[in-house]
Amino acid sequence: MTIQEIQDEIVEEFNLFEDWMQRYEYMIELGKSLPLIAPEFKTDDNIIKGCQSKVWVHAELKDNQLLFSADSDAIITKGIIAILIRAFSNQHPKDILDADTNFIDQIGLKEHLSPTRANGLVSMIKQIKLYAIAFQTQLN
Amino acid sequence: MTYKGIDSKKVRADFPILSREVNGQPLVYFDNAATSQTPQQVIDIIVDYYSRYNANIHRGVHRLSQEATDAYEIARQTIQTHFNAAKAHEIILTSGTTHAINIVASGYAALLKEGDELVVSAMEHHSNIVPWQMLCEKTGAQLKVIPMTQLGTLDMDAYYALLNKNTKLVFVNHVSNALGTVNPIEEIITKAHAVGAKVLVDGAQAAPHIKADVQALDIDFYVTSAHKLCGPTGVGMLYGKQDLLNALPPYQGGGEMIAEVTFAKTTYADLPHKFEAGTPNIAGGIAFGAALDYMNEIGFEAIAAFENELLVYATNELEQVEGVQIYGQAPEKTAVLSFNVKGIHPYDLGSILDQMGIAVRTGHHCAQPIMDFYQIPGTVRASFSFYNTKEEIDRMLVALKRAISMLQ
Repeated sequence: MTIQEIQDEIVEEFNLFEDWMQRYEYMIELGKSLPLIAPEFKTDDNIIKGCQSKVWVHAELKDNQLLFSADSDAIITKGIIAILIRAFSNQHPKDILDADTNFIDQIGLKEHLSPTRANGLVSMIKQIKLYAIAFQTQLN
Repeated sequence: MTYKGIDSKKVRADFPILSREVNGQPLVYFDNAATSQTPQQVIDIIVDYYSRYNANIHRGVHRLSQEATDAYEIARQTIQTHFNAAKAHEIILTSGTTHAINIVASGYAALLKEGDELVVSAMEHHSNIVPWQMLCEKTGAQLKVIPMTQLGTLDMDAYYALLNKNTKLVFVNHVSNALGTVNPIEEIITKAHAVGAKVLVDGAQAAPHIKADVQALDIDFYVTSAHKLCGPTGVGMLYGKQDLLNALPPYQGGGEMIAEVTFAKTTYADLPHKFEAGTPNIAGGIAFGAALDYMNEIGFEAIAAFENELLVYATNELEQVEGVQIYGQAPEKTAVLSFNVKGIHPYDLGSILDQMGIAVRTGHHCAQPIMDFYQIPGTVRASFSFYNTKEEIDRMLVALKRAISMLQ
């Protein structure tokens, strides 16, 4: 699936929720269930320090596709990370570079990406794009 | 109904923002330690300024400029009277507390030498740490830290042991923003003065609750921000004893702060203008005065008594909630409740409370050393004001329990 197709799918799923409670319960569920990052990658080098919660991101290239793993100390942040990984992992670096992140607004989680939250998520998206640039350069 | 001297219904009607909704629910605003809300009386003053007499101050000979200058200087006198400063020119209007601290920290660079010592408390806001670290880097002076106890109070014996003839400055907050602890500034000042050191009191968190008399307490420098006191953002004050302010070099060069300028030499204006370079936040300064008038009309004793009642009620109720750990249990506190729930990140709690219309602060509250002391990433902080109610605290508790059941 392309990044756009995955994002459309996520938006569709979120449209089924009737209120914020269901949205948040789903994200908490995602956050709790996913083993997001191997312990050896949960290092200080991979940490993105936000004012509110910490985020770790690791990336590696396999068969021309970027694989992301990540984690956070806050469960809701972790849930959003799970959504981001679903959208951007296992994709070609160029496609990641070209993709937009509007779907976050559409699923009603915009406030978590606001710079005022300073929760590391904005930096995480930036980091995903930076990894994509770095690996794209390698591929070229 | 009036309770502890506060008529909640009447007071709340003064604050238009309190009637808005957030996420479909009536707003419960418990982030007062970050910024207080603004009553209509103060909003009106700002609107009146821009509608009727907006002009630059201290230079125009025209009518509007005179009116604006008069209003600005009356505000300075209101601030002077409120804090009982001996002279109006000892009140420097700044952009806020941070600016005020930087004026003093930057000025002391010219007065300190290697081997001098500065004493800071372990429970300061970053704005009362970083400028002094920069000062130490410039001068070779050393920064000593008064440790804190588990209860969130200062270890006063350790403080006395830090003081010696090399101590030049002590800076401490009157009230901790992260914990609400009221620090014993009178004692801190007396002991500092005994070794010849000067004291800067950061009043940003105290000023909304406690009226500090700078002369009675013999405070050398006192700083605070208007936006914690029902005033607007972008304006605050530095109080300094006249001799001490005169001894400091200017912080910024520019217009307004000069007596005479030639390319050979510039002489600086007298206080307070020496520290007020450039066009100030005129509407803000005038509104600062109006905000103090508003709060004095209600009365600081009534405000403190009412807020304490809210604090005691919320503390007792919160302690009943399983897994709650409250940080900052000093015997004397302002209405700040900093807490965590076992196994839950404060960001998660704050996010869900926000969904239910409850505004609290989460994070390290710009006081990372305190969080390091307790070895936590941050806390949830509910801070109350005289316009809050017990019903709002009940709503927060219901929301909190719901959040906990979702997150656990």
